[in-house]
Amino acid sequence: MYNEKVMEVFKNPKNVGEIENPDGIGTVGNAACGDIMQISLKIENDVIVDAKFKTFGCAAAIATSSTATEMIKGKTIDEALKITNKIVVEKLGGLPAQKLHCSVLAEEAIQKAIEDYKSKQKGA
Amino acid sequence: MLNKPIYFDHAATTPLDKKVLEKMLPYFTENFGNANSQHVFGRNAVKGVDEARDSIAKIIGAKPGEIYFTSGGTEADNWALRGVAHAFKDKGRKIIISPIEHAAMISTAKALEKEGFIIEYMKVDGEGFVDLDHLKSIVDDDTILVACMMANNEVGTIEPIKEIAKIAHEKGALAFSDAVQAAGVLKIDVKDLGVDLMSMSSHKIYGPKGVGLLYIKTGVRIESIITGGHQERTKRGGTTNVPGVIGFAEAFRIADENLEENAKYVSSLRDRFIKRVLAEVPFVKLNGPVDGAKRLPANADFSFKYIEGESILFSLDLAGIAVSSGSACSSGSLEPSHVLLALGLPDELAHGSIRFSFGKHNTVEEVDYCVEEIKTAVDRLRKMSPLFKAEGEINYV
Repeated sequence: MYNEKVMEVFKNPKNVGEIENPDGIGTVGNAACGDIMQISLKIENDVIVDAKFKTFGCAAAIATSSTATEMIKGKTIDEALKITNKIVVEKLGGLPAQKLHCSVLAEEAIQKAIEDYKSKQKGA
Repeated sequence: MLNKPIYFDHAATTPLDKKVLEKMLPYFTENFGNANSQHVFGRNAVKGVDEARDSIAKIIGAKPGEIYFTSGGTEADNWALRGVAHAFKDKGRKIIISPIEHAAMISTAKALEKEGFIIEYMKVDGEGFVDLDHLKSIVDDDTILVACMMANNEVGTIEPIKEIAKIAHEKGALAFSDAVQAAGVLKIDVKDLGVDLMSMSSHKIYGPKGVGLLYIKTGVRIESIITGGHQERTKRGGTTNVPGVIGFAEAFRIADENLEENAKYVSSLRDRFIKRVLAEVPFVKLNGPVDGAKRLPANADFSFKYIEGESILFSLDLAGIAVSSGSACSSGSLEPSHVLLALGLPDELAHGSIRFSFGKHNTVEEVDYCVEEIKTAVDRLRKMSPLFKAEGEINYV
């Protein structure tokens, strides 16, 4: 069902963990549907300099978390917001149809983490 | 990694026994006849089918005329439920089933509900055992059928079928049991159990896929669901799967002859495995009966807290170990296992479940290797889990 690329990323995911004192953090999903994803960001001058994830979920959820965090590192927040789940899935060489909803979580978690950053900026 | 992949998914299916294959082979080629044909080719085929039927009937304490071959367990379950419902629709509308039945039963019951039948569910406790007092309170004169599996496929609970059948009969209802996981594993005597119908499958006991049976006690009224020619005493149409039936009977014979020995061996693997996992993996829950005597000898089912089952399944798969999971992600639906939810598990634990089912070819070495790989996989996935930090990290060594 999963292609080799997805299994490889699942086996050796990048950016696992949580950034201490993150500039932005977002958690989406719930245990009832079996997926929870947390993305924390370190942002300097609106550029994402580091991104880490923690995910409770299936192999697809873990692989998309890894790939999405890899893709947003070094990007501005505006560029990062343009990275959709579709782009992440393409980077992984595709996911089985019933797994596409897992990839949406990564997109949502990034959006939420950036929103968190923006709201902190406003508050500062 | 050990030198070949380890198969711990025998509740899903089993490899065909080579002795079974040998017995089947002539029925693909020389004895290829249609069991319904009058000539010598047909007679040779029907001779094999009759012997198979006699052999299985003897093992389960039935008469040969009470055995009806089907395409497998799912068809037998469908037939029992639909066939009895339709035959007795003027007597009553109520069918009572356990909430931990196989999908073949649950889906069929839901379809019958749309036809106007009333489906009620038994209560089960935290280990999956049917609450007999509750069952007594819901069986009434409108009840036409009470159905409960003999042993559960996910958590291995062995149900009190004899008592359930008795409760059904007290109110004039029929009793059906899906024995797909039990046949060839537990000793079955249909007369002693008192069931009116029972379904069984071949491929769970080292027989071929695509063949099963429905035991229908003499005199029990049932409508056909597969109409066709005169096969199976005109109750089930379709050319008989002769090699399949021959293989099923041979697999059943071998399983029955070695039943106690096999149960003793696989339960020794199971018990070693359960003991080690509970002792060596933190934050783990054994699902199903604690008492090994009330659990299928080959079954162990665990929920690993803070992590999701499908990711455990693939971690073990990468380590060369084949298991299955009750998580939604594994089933292709959004809901986790209905069995684990019926046992009262919260969603998170139901999503984190893994079933290990052992077989006669497995070894202690494989079990020990698996425990080590579980520790590695669980530890790795917990380090990735946002739930773990919140609740467990402090106590976790």
